Amino acid sequence: MTLLQTHNLSAFYGDFQALFGVDVTIEQGETVAVIGANGAGKTTFLRTVAGALAAAPEAVLFDGKPIGNMTPHEIVRLGIAMVPEGRRLFPSLSVEENLLLGSHSERRGPWSLQRVYELFPRLRELRRLPAPSLSGGQQQMAAVGRALMSNPRLLLCDELSLGLAPVVIRDIYACLGAITAEGTTVVLVEQDINRALDASSRFYCLQEGHLALTAPTKDFDRAALTAAYFGL
Amino acid sequence: MQYLNILIQGSLLGGIYALFAIGLSLSFGIMRLVNIAHGDFIVLSGYVAMVVIQATGVDPFTSLVVVVPVMFGLGYALQRGMLNQTLSGGLLPPLLVTFGISIIIQNGLLQGFGAYDHRLQEGPIETASLHLPGGIDVGVYPLLVFAVAVLCIASLQFLFYGTRLGRAFRAVSDDPYTAELMGLDNRKLYALALGIAMVFTAIAGVLFGIRTIFDPAAGPIRLILAFEAVIIGGLGSMWGTLIGGMVLGIAQSVGAALDPTWQILAGHLAFLTLLILRPEGLFPRTRD
Amino acid sequence: MVPVSEYVRVERGTKASRIFAVLATLGVVALIALPWWGTAGWMRLIAECAYYVALAQLWNLLAGYAGLVSVGQQAFVGLGGYALFYLTEQMNMNVYVAVLLAGPFAGLMAIPVSFAVFRLRGAYFAIGTWVVSEAFSLFASLILVLGAGSGLSLTVPILEQVSPDRDTRNALLYLMTLAVSLFVVGVVYLLLRSRHGLALTAIRDSEPASASLGVNTFRTKFIIFVATAACTGLVGALIFLQKLRISPEAAFSVNDWTVVVIFMVVIGGIGTIEGPFIGMLIYIVLRELLANYGTYYLILLGVIAIVIMLKAPSGIWGWVIQRYNVQLFPVGRRLVPAPFKDSSKRSEKE
Repeated sequence: MTLLQTHNLSAFYGDFQALFGVDVTIEQGETVAVIGANGAGKTTFLRTVAGALAAAPEAVLFDGKPIGNMTPHEIVRLGIAMVPEGRRLFPSLSVEENLLLGSHSERRGPWSLQRVYELFPRLRELRRLPAPSLSGGQQQMAAVGRALMSNPRLLLCDELSLGLAPVVIRDIYACLGAITAEGTTVVLVEQDINRALDASSRFYCLQEGHLALTAPTKDFDRAALTAAYFGL
Repeated sequence: MQYLNILIQGSLLGGIYALFAIGLSLSFGIMRLVNIAHGDFIVLSGYVAMVVIQATGVDPFTSLVVVVPVMFGLGYALQRGMLNQTLSGGLLPPLLVTFGISIIIQNGLLQGFGAYDHRLQEGPIETASLHLPGGIDVGVYPLLVFAVAVLCIASLQFLFYGTRLGRAFRAVSDDPYTAELMGLDNRKLYALALGIAMVFTAIAGVLFGIRTIFDPAAGPIRLILAFEAVIIGGLGSMWGTLIGGMVLGIAQSVGAALDPTWQILAGHLAFLTLLILRPEGLFPRTRD
Repeated sequence: MVPVSEYVRVERGTKASRIFAVLATLGVVALIALPWWGTAGWMRLIAECAYYVALAQLWNLLAGYAGLVSVGQQAFVGLGGYALFYLTEQMNMNVYVAVLLAGPFAGLMAIPVSFAVFRLRGAYFAIGTWVVSEAFSLFASLILVLGAGSGLSLTVPILEQVSPDRDTRNALLYLMTLAVSLFVVGVVYLLLRSRHGLALTAIRDSEPASASLGVNTFRTKFIIFVATAACTGLVGALIFLQKLRISPEAAFSVNDWTVVVIFMVVIGGIGTIEGPFIGMLIYIVLRELLANYGTYYLILLGVIAIVIMLKAPSGIWGWVIQRYNVQLFPVGRRLVPAPFKDSSKRSEKE
């Protein structure tokens, strides 16, 4: 069953066009990577799906429903959650308050404070601390936990590995299994291509706002990816 | 003993300034809105109370049952219908739109009620006083106003740190963009914030209207006093605002003790001096 | 016309601005000749227009270019006015000298004021300047030699220093006001054309970025603040020289000297030199038309300001610029495509 479909999706920052007619189809339960060089439009793609950037209504279909012109909070209510680039925890809230804030949309589902603490036991010990006092990896866990608290059907992760040590990145990616096991569909945007490809079953490669290549991660032509990535 | 008296009277006076300041501080803290019409809303609350009292014959305290919801609704509607549109465009749009609102309120009141002074009558409590040892008299009413200010700030603290709504307020204040991605409806939160700010504005307007005369042009000085209390206390700290109000009240009392006509000027001078010496305020909180 | 690359050149004047310069010169000549062909009523009205244009240009320079949104410029209008009255009536100074000293005095006072208000940013700066003005107003109302709450009047001997003959005096006062306004507009225009103008625009657009490029943002803002205060004080002295009476309420009126001025700039178009002229004309026309409707007229002004801010925040002239790309006062530098020798090269680049 198709969960998210974009059709001829274009996005603009003022006069600047950042996406050109991108068609993406993501099935329920999949983990899909979106890769591309800096400025390829990966984050723009996520922002458009999440509603932070306006698009034509029918350009984004979620569960068959047009959502391109909805506001972010309406989209969260439908079941799309975002782990933003750079984590962006709320600095004046404690760790636990950050997590609770994620449940503001009051969607029901498997994830609760309890379950998030089981997934990231470290967060339970740190729950009373202000968010900025956490290490980068701990903050990333809290950001993932905050997104899960809205019980999303589709989880959008923007640069999970950015600025983190390899050991920490491994820990966080290890938790993805537990998330997808609940039936959650995941879109990973990464600059770290190998990390993204390892964790996903299919990928889309963007290049300067255009969709350049899509293929299953188990079986694809390395040379074609290099060409699509660098626009050669 | 005379000094102690000045200190006590000044601190109590500060209670009303803190009440003035709560609404201003709240709308700045949550949506970075500096509401130039804030003082006019305080005055408007007094007029609304006056109309309610004339229509129903209740006393000013009871009139709050009507004034508070009316002002809440006004704040909510203004933010939702007008001010939300100004938030993304930099400094000038919100400043000038609230400036326009200020002019409209002042002249609308002038048109509707004339330029006369008004005062709300609460009865014997206005003049009652407690005699403390050492010949210090403390007015019951100023004491009551101070207690209300403390209560208001305490309830706001609870709202901010003890409720789901308060958590959402703090989140949009920190980072409106991410807050929206987490499912918060910023525009509705902002409207609620100005509505709540107006609740405190209404309380301040009615309590002050019992004590002091008001007329259509009395708004700007209220805004300035509120502003001074906020800045002295430090942006974004509610208890700091109470202290800021008290510092202002004490400075005014000292000035008034030297020469009664110097009261307001002494407050301004204290404010400007503190601004030079401690630009962050006494209890800074908001990073901005 | 400095060539910056082979594709574009920088242009300052345009055809529209050159035609406008001719028309403006003719207009100014006609206004200077007004005492010989107009009535006293006209002179009063034009003088008022002139000092409002000056105040509007000054506020526009502060808020529209330097990003210093002040609601306290009435402080300097009042200081200039009071300086004139004090120096002439109490110090027996010649009235012309006193007018000339009023400006520097207001500028001097702006220095300590800046120490306080520069600690505040954005909208808080606005209210901070307002507090300062209130403090000056209260101060003036408490000082006996300044007439305390009831203020001071200019006496006949002082007026006779301007000119003993009443008609000549009126004409001279009118011409002085006109001269000062032209001077202020000229100063603002030249300042914006200069290197400082570029620095100002950079600060307004992004303070951290311009600081990192070596623009001394504090010093630039400080200079603008003090210079604006001095010019505002000079205008204030002339305003009250014509009004003949000064009181704390009139001298430090936030409504008369700042609110009205802000509305002019905002309606006309903030951040442009043309905007204040247009805003002033609209304000004066509205006021003359609606003079009999009292407070409704001010309410209408408030509504117009709100609607402009919500629907066209760059004002009337901002809208014109967007639509037609014209500029009557060439303060900006425009990039225009240069003629090309090799057109294929150009399209390749695009």
